[in-house]
Amino acid sequence: MTTALARALLLCATGLALALTPGAAAASARASLPAIEREVMCVTCKIPLEVAQSPQADRERAFISTLIAAGDDEAQIKRALVAQYGPSALALPSTHGFDLAAYLVPLAALLAVLTLLAVLLPRWRRAGAPRARAGPAEVQAAAPLSPEDAARVAADLSRFD
Amino acid sequence: MRSRALGTLVALCGAGLIALLVYGVSALSPSRTLDQALASGQRPLAPDARVELPVLGGGGLQALSAHRGEVVVLNFWASWCPPCEEEAPLLERAQPSLARNRATVLGITYKDTTTDSQAFTRRYRLSYPILRDSTGAFAHAYGTDKLPETFLIDRSGRVVAISRGEVGSAFVDRAIALARGT
Repeated sequence: MTTALARALLLCATGLALALTPGAAAASARASLPAIEREVMCVTCKIPLEVAQSPQADRERAFISTLIAAGDDEAQIKRALVAQYGPSALALPSTHGFDLAAYLVPLAALLAVLTLLAVLLPRWRRAGAPRARAGPAEVQAAAPLSPEDAARVAADLSRFD
Repeated sequence: MRSRALGTLVALCGAGLIALLVYGVSALSPSRTLDQALASGQRPLAPDARVELPVLGGGGLQALSAHRGEVVVLNFWASWCPPCEEEAPLLERAQPSLARNRATVLGITYKDTTTDSQAFTRRYRLSYPILRDSTGAFAHAYGTDKLPETFLIDRSGRVVAISRGEVGSAFVDRAIALARGT
Protein backbone atom coordinates (compact mmCIF):
# COMPACT_ATOMS: atom_id res chain seq x y z
CA MET A 1 0.00 0.00 0.00
CA THR A 2 2.79 2.38 1.06
CA THR A 3 4.88 1.33 -1.96
CA ALA A 4 1.97 2.00 -4.33
CA LEU A 5 1.47 5.45 -2.81
CA ALA A 6 5.19 6.23 -3.12
CA ARG A 7 5.14 5.13 -6.77
CA ALA A 8 2.13 7.31 -7.52
CA LEU A 9 3.77 10.32 -5.89
CA LEU A 10 6.99 9.70 -7.82
CA LEU A 11 5.04 9.47 -11.07
CA CYS A 12 3.24 12.76 -10.34
CA ALA A 13 6.49 14.50 -9.43
CA THR A 14 8.16 13.28 -12.64
CA GLY A 15 5.22 14.44 -14.74
CA LEU A 16 5.22 17.85 -13.07
CA ALA A 17 8.97 18.24 -13.56
CA LEU A 18 8.65 17.34 -17.26
CA ALA A 19 5.80 19.78 -17.73
CA LEU A 20 7.75 22.60 -16.12
CA THR A 21 10.94 22.16 -18.15
CA PRO A 22 11.49 24.94 -20.77
CA GLY A 23 11.79 22.38 -23.56
CA ALA A 24 8.37 20.95 -22.86
CA ALA A 25 6.86 24.41 -22.61
CA ALA A 26 8.44 25.43 -25.91
CA ALA A 27 7.24 22.26 -27.56
CA SER A 28 3.65 22.88 -26.43
CA ALA A 29 3.66 26.51 -27.65
CA ARG A 30 5.39 25.67 -30.93
CA ALA A 31 3.62 27.30 -33.86
CA SER A 32 2.52 25.43 -36.95
CA LEU A 33 1.87 26.81 -40.42
CA PRO A 34 -1.66 25.31 -40.82
CA ALA A 35 -2.73 26.71 -37.43
CA ILE A 36 -1.50 30.21 -38.26
CA GLU A 37 -2.90 30.05 -41.81
CA ARG A 38 -6.36 29.73 -40.30
CA GLU A 39 -5.95 32.93 -38.29
CA VAL A 40 -4.35 35.29 -40.78
CA MET A 41 -5.38 36.81 -44.09
CA CYS A 42 -3.84 37.01 -47.52
CA VAL A 43 -3.46 40.80 -47.54
CA THR A 44 -3.90 41.26 -51.27
CA CYS A 45 -6.65 38.68 -51.91
CA LYS A 46 -8.48 39.61 -48.65
CA ILE A 47 -9.42 35.98 -47.87
CA PRO A 48 -8.05 33.67 -45.15
CA LEU A 49 -4.54 32.53 -45.96
CA GLU A 50 -5.47 28.85 -45.63
CA VAL A 51 -7.67 29.07 -48.76
CA ALA A 52 -5.65 31.68 -50.68
CA GLN A 53 -3.77 30.60 -53.80
CA SER A 54 -1.70 33.50 -55.09
CA PRO A 55 1.96 34.52 -55.30
CA GLN A 56 1.42 36.91 -52.37
CA ALA A 57 -0.17 34.13 -50.27
CA ASP A 58 2.88 31.96 -50.99
CA ARG A 59 5.15 34.82 -49.89
CA GLU A 60 3.27 35.15 -46.63
CA ARG A 61 3.52 31.40 -46.06
CA ALA A 62 7.27 31.58 -46.71
CA PHE A 63 7.56 34.49 -44.27
CA ILE A 64 5.65 32.56 -41.59
CA SER A 65 7.74 29.42 -42.21
CA THR A 66 10.93 31.44 -41.73
CA LEU A 67 9.67 32.69 -38.36
CA ILE A 68 8.58 29.19 -37.30
CA ALA A 69 12.04 27.91 -38.22
CA ALA A 70 13.54 30.71 -36.12
CA GLY A 71 11.56 29.38 -33.12
CA ASP A 72 8.93 32.13 -32.84
CA ASP A 73 5.63 31.23 -31.22
CA GLU A 74 2.19 32.05 -32.61
CA ALA A 75 1.84 35.40 -30.85
CA GLN A 76 5.28 36.55 -32.01
CA ILE A 77 4.52 35.51 -35.58
CA LYS A 78 1.22 37.39 -35.56
CA ARG A 79 2.97 40.49 -34.21
CA ALA A 80 5.59 40.20 -36.97
CA LEU A 81 2.86 39.87 -39.61
CA VAL A 82 1.11 42.99 -38.30
CA ALA A 83 4.43 44.87 -38.25
CA GLN A 84 5.05 43.98 -41.89
CA TYR A 85 1.59 43.99 -43.46
CA GLY A 86 -0.49 46.01 -41.02
CA PRO A 87 -3.49 44.99 -38.91
CA SER A 88 -5.36 43.73 -41.99
CA ALA A 89 -3.10 40.65 -41.86
CA LEU A 90 -5.12 39.28 -38.94
CA ALA A 91 -8.33 37.38 -39.62
CA LEU A 92 -9.90 38.32 -36.28
CA PRO A 93 -10.95 41.94 -35.69
CA SER A 94 -8.80 43.85 -33.19
CA THR A 95 -10.14 44.70 -29.74
CA HIS A 96 -10.11 48.46 -30.11
CA GLY A 97 -11.72 51.14 -32.24
CA PHE A 98 -14.53 50.28 -34.62
CA ASP A 99 -13.44 46.61 -34.69
CA LEU A 100 -14.68 46.33 -31.10
CA ALA A 101 -18.21 46.44 -32.55
CA ALA A 102 -17.65 42.94 -33.94
CA TYR A 103 -17.55 41.65 -30.36
CA LEU A 104 -20.00 44.05 -28.71
CA VAL A 105 -22.86 43.99 -31.21
CA PRO A 106 -23.58 40.23 -30.93
CA LEU A 107 -23.48 40.55 -27.12
CA ALA A 108 -25.82 43.54 -27.21
CA ALA A 109 -28.13 41.69 -29.61
CA LEU A 110 -28.23 38.67 -27.31
CA LEU A 111 -29.02 40.91 -24.32
CA ALA A 112 -31.77 42.67 -26.29
CA VAL A 113 -33.36 39.35 -27.30
CA LEU A 114 -33.22 38.08 -23.70
CA THR A 115 -34.78 41.33 -22.43
CA LEU A 116 -37.53 41.11 -25.04
CA LEU A 117 -38.26 37.52 -24.09
CA ALA A 118 -38.31 38.43 -20.40
CA VAL A 119 -40.88 41.13 -21.10
CA LEU A 120 -42.99 39.33 -23.70
CA LEU A 121 -43.14 35.76 -22.38
CA PRO A 122 -45.12 36.58 -19.18
CA ARG A 123 -47.44 38.75 -21.26
CA TRP A 124 -48.07 35.93 -23.78
CA ARG A 125 -48.61 33.51 -20.91
CA ARG A 126 -51.19 35.82 -19.30
CA ALA A 127 -52.98 36.33 -22.61
CA GLY A 128 -53.06 32.58 -23.31
CA ALA A 129 -54.44 31.55 -19.89
CA PRO A 130 -58.17 32.62 -20.34
CA ARG A 131 -58.31 30.86 -23.73
CA ALA A 132 -56.92 27.67 -22.22
CA ARG A 133 -59.46 27.88 -19.41
CA ALA A 134 -62.33 28.37 -21.90
CA GLY A 135 -61.69 24.92 -23.47
CA PRO A 136 -62.84 23.43 -26.79
CA ALA A 137 -66.57 23.39 -25.90
CA GLU A 138 -66.67 27.16 -25.91
CA VAL A 139 -64.86 27.26 -29.24
CA GLN A 140 -67.45 24.85 -30.67
CA ALA A 141 -70.30 26.92 -29.26
CA ALA A 142 -68.84 30.06 -30.70
CA ALA A 143 -68.94 28.65 -34.25
CA PRO A 144 -71.95 26.33 -34.73
CA LEU A 145 -72.38 24.52 -38.06
CA SER A 146 -75.05 25.73 -40.45
CA PRO A 147 -77.83 23.18 -41.29
CA GLU A 148 -76.32 22.72 -44.81
CA ASP A 149 -72.83 22.04 -43.42
CA ALA A 150 -74.24 19.70 -40.77
CA ALA A 151 -76.11 17.77 -43.49
CA ARG A 152 -72.95 17.52 -45.64
CA VAL A 153 -70.86 16.30 -42.71
CA ALA A 154 -73.52 13.71 -41.85
CA ALA A 155 -73.59 12.54 -45.50
CA ASP A 156 -69.81 12.28 -45.62
CA LEU A 157 -69.65 10.35 -42.37
CA SER A 158 -72.38 7.94 -43.49
CA ARG A 159 -70.28 7.00 -46.52
CA PHE A 160 -67.56 5.73 -44.16
CA ASP A 161 -69.97 3.53 -42.17
CA MET B 1 -48.02 52.43 -22.54
CA ARG B 2 -45.56 49.67 -21.78
CA SER B 3 -45.82 48.15 -25.30
CA ARG B 4 -45.22 51.61 -26.81
CA ALA B 5 -42.01 51.97 -24.78
CA LEU B 6 -40.98 48.51 -25.94
CA GLY B 7 -41.66 49.42 -29.55
CA THR B 8 -39.62 52.60 -29.19
CA LEU B 9 -36.75 50.62 -27.66
CA VAL B 10 -36.79 48.10 -30.53
CA ALA B 11 -36.88 50.93 -33.09
CA LEU B 12 -33.94 52.65 -31.36
CA CYS B 13 -31.93 49.41 -31.37
CA GLY B 14 -32.65 48.93 -35.08
CA ALA B 15 -31.69 52.53 -35.86
CA GLY B 16 -28.49 52.12 -33.85
CA LEU B 17 -27.54 48.99 -35.79
CA ILE B 18 -28.20 50.69 -39.12
CA ALA B 19 -26.14 53.73 -38.03
CA LEU B 20 -23.28 51.42 -37.01
CA LEU B 21 -23.44 49.65 -40.37
CA VAL B 22 -23.43 52.95 -42.31
CA TYR B 23 -20.52 54.26 -40.23
CA GLY B 24 -18.57 51.02 -40.71
CA VAL B 25 -19.05 51.00 -44.47
CA SER B 26 -18.12 54.68 -44.82
CA ALA B 27 -15.12 54.46 -42.45
CA LEU B 28 -13.66 51.38 -44.08
CA SER B 29 -14.23 52.24 -47.73
CA PRO B 30 -11.54 54.32 -49.43
CA SER B 31 -12.09 58.07 -49.23
CA ARG B 32 -12.41 60.02 -52.48
CA THR B 33 -12.25 63.44 -50.82
CA LEU B 34 -9.01 64.36 -52.59
CA ASP B 35 -10.34 63.34 -56.00
CA GLN B 36 -13.54 65.33 -55.45
CA ALA B 37 -11.62 68.41 -54.33
CA LEU B 38 -9.37 68.23 -57.40
CA ALA B 39 -12.36 67.72 -59.67
CA SER B 40 -13.93 70.90 -58.29
CA GLY B 41 -10.77 72.87 -59.04
CA GLN B 42 -9.34 72.94 -55.50
CA ARG B 43 -5.85 71.97 -54.43
CA PRO B 44 -6.30 70.11 -51.14
CA LEU B 45 -3.50 69.90 -48.59
CA ALA B 46 -1.76 66.52 -48.64
CA PRO B 47 -3.18 64.60 -45.67
CA ASP B 48 -1.10 63.23 -42.79
CA ALA B 49 1.94 65.22 -43.95
CA ARG B 50 3.36 65.31 -40.45
CA VAL B 51 2.92 61.60 -39.77
CA GLU B 52 6.35 60.02 -39.42
CA LEU B 53 6.91 56.69 -41.13
CA PRO B 54 9.92 54.35 -40.91
CA VAL B 55 12.48 54.73 -43.66
CA LEU B 56 12.82 51.49 -45.63
CA GLY B 57 15.95 49.66 -44.58
CA GLY B 58 16.40 51.60 -41.35
CA GLY B 59 17.50 55.18 -40.93
CA GLY B 60 14.82 56.34 -38.53
CA LEU B 61 11.56 58.05 -39.28
CA GLN B 62 10.57 60.61 -41.85
CA ALA B 63 7.41 62.56 -42.65
CA LEU B 64 6.16 63.92 -45.95
CA SER B 65 6.48 67.40 -44.41
CA ALA B 66 10.28 66.92 -44.46
CA HIS B 67 9.98 67.55 -48.22
CA ARG B 68 8.03 70.79 -47.87
CA GLY B 69 9.43 73.23 -50.42
CA GLU B 70 9.97 70.41 -52.91
CA VAL B 71 7.65 69.02 -55.54
CA VAL B 72 6.87 65.46 -54.43
CA VAL B 73 5.74 62.53 -56.55
CA LEU B 74 4.22 60.41 -53.78
CA ASN B 75 4.10 56.85 -55.09
CA PHE B 76 2.39 54.01 -53.19
CA TRP B 77 3.75 50.61 -54.22
CA ALA B 78 4.43 47.05 -53.12
CA SER B 79 6.75 44.37 -54.40
CA TRP B 80 3.85 42.01 -55.12
CA CYS B 81 2.14 44.46 -57.49
CA PRO B 82 2.96 43.84 -61.21
CA PRO B 83 2.02 47.38 -62.40
CA CYS B 84 4.42 48.74 -59.75
CA GLU B 85 7.19 46.80 -61.50
CA GLU B 86 6.19 48.45 -64.76
CA GLU B 87 6.28 52.02 -63.43
CA ALA B 88 9.31 51.76 -61.11
CA PRO B 89 11.89 52.13 -63.92
CA LEU B 90 9.98 55.15 -65.29
CA LEU B 91 10.01 56.87 -61.90
CA GLU B 92 13.68 56.06 -61.37
CA ARG B 93 14.55 57.55 -64.79
CA ALA B 94 12.69 60.74 -63.81
CA GLN B 95 14.36 61.07 -60.40
CA PRO B 96 17.62 62.81 -61.57
CA SER B 97 15.62 65.46 -63.49
CA LEU B 98 13.35 65.95 -60.52
CA ALA B 99 16.23 66.16 -58.05
CA ARG B 100 17.91 68.88 -60.16
CA ASN B 101 14.76 70.98 -59.80
CA ARG B 102 14.01 70.70 -56.08
CA ALA B 103 11.70 67.75 -56.52
CA THR B 104 11.69 64.06 -55.69
CA VAL B 105 9.84 60.81 -55.97
CA LEU B 106 8.86 59.60 -52.48
CA GLY B 107 7.97 55.94 -52.43
CA ILE B 108 5.61 54.49 -49.81
CA THR B 109 5.54 50.71 -49.49
CA TYR B 110 2.27 49.28 -48.36
CA LYS B 111 1.27 45.78 -47.17
CA ASP B 112 4.72 44.50 -47.99
CA THR B 113 7.55 42.97 -45.98
CA THR B 114 10.75 44.94 -45.51
CA THR B 115 12.83 42.24 -47.17
CA ASP B 116 10.56 42.00 -50.22
CA SER B 117 10.51 45.81 -50.57
CA GLN B 118 14.29 45.96 -50.28
CA ALA B 119 14.71 43.23 -52.89
CA PHE B 120 12.43 45.24 -55.18
CA THR B 121 14.46 48.44 -54.73
CA ARG B 122 17.69 46.52 -55.47
CA ARG B 123 16.19 44.88 -58.56
CA TYR B 124 15.07 48.23 -60.02
CA ARG B 125 18.01 50.20 -58.52
CA LEU B 126 15.67 52.75 -56.96
CA SER B 127 17.57 55.74 -55.63
CA TYR B 128 14.68 57.87 -54.33
CA PRO B 129 13.65 57.83 -50.65
CA ILE B 130 11.17 55.15 -49.60
CA LEU B 131 9.09 54.97 -46.43
CA ARG B 132 7.09 52.05 -45.00
CA ASP B 133 3.40 52.46 -44.22
CA SER B 134 3.24 49.45 -41.93
CA THR B 135 -0.26 50.10 -40.57
CA GLY B 136 -1.90 51.23 -43.81
CA ALA B 137 -3.24 54.36 -42.04
CA PHE B 138 -1.22 56.75 -44.24
CA ALA B 139 -2.47 55.05 -47.42
CA HIS B 140 -6.02 55.15 -46.05
CA ALA B 141 -5.77 58.93 -45.62
CA TYR B 142 -5.10 59.17 -49.37
CA GLY B 143 -7.96 56.81 -50.21
CA THR B 144 -5.46 54.24 -51.42
CA ASP B 145 -6.63 50.66 -51.40
CA LYS B 146 -5.25 49.42 -54.72
CA LEU B 147 -1.74 49.73 -56.02
CA PRO B 148 0.00 51.56 -57.52
CA GLU B 149 -1.36 55.03 -56.80
CA THR B 150 0.57 58.28 -57.21
CA PHE B 151 -0.05 61.82 -55.99
CA LEU B 152 1.67 64.93 -57.32
CA ILE B 153 2.24 67.43 -54.49
CA ASP B 154 3.41 71.01 -55.10
CA ARG B 155 5.94 73.00 -53.07
CA SER B 156 3.28 74.29 -50.68
CA GLY B 157 2.22 70.75 -49.80
CA ARG B 158 -0.96 70.69 -51.90
CA VAL B 159 -2.13 67.79 -54.07
CA VAL B 160 -2.33 68.88 -57.72
CA ALA B 161 -2.80 65.56 -59.53
CA ILE B 162 -3.73 61.98 -58.76
CA SER B 163 -3.08 58.78 -60.66
CA ARG B 164 -5.07 55.84 -59.32
CA GLY B 165 -3.28 53.16 -61.27
CA GLU B 166 0.04 52.90 -63.08
CA VAL B 167 1.56 56.27 -64.00
CA GLY B 168 2.52 57.02 -67.58
CA SER B 169 5.16 59.35 -68.99
CA ALA B 170 2.58 62.19 -69.21
CA PHE B 171 2.17 62.18 -65.41
CA VAL B 172 5.94 62.17 -64.89
CA ASP B 173 6.41 64.95 -67.47
CA ARG B 174 3.81 67.01 -65.61
CA ALA B 175 5.76 66.52 -62.38
CA ILE B 176 8.99 67.64 -64.04
CA ALA B 177 7.25 70.66 -65.57
CA LEU B 178 5.81 71.60 -62.16
CA ALA B 179 9.28 71.29 -60.62
CA ARG B 180 10.79 73.49 -63.33
CA GLY B 181 7.97 75.98 -62.96
CA THR B 182 7.11 75.78 -66.65
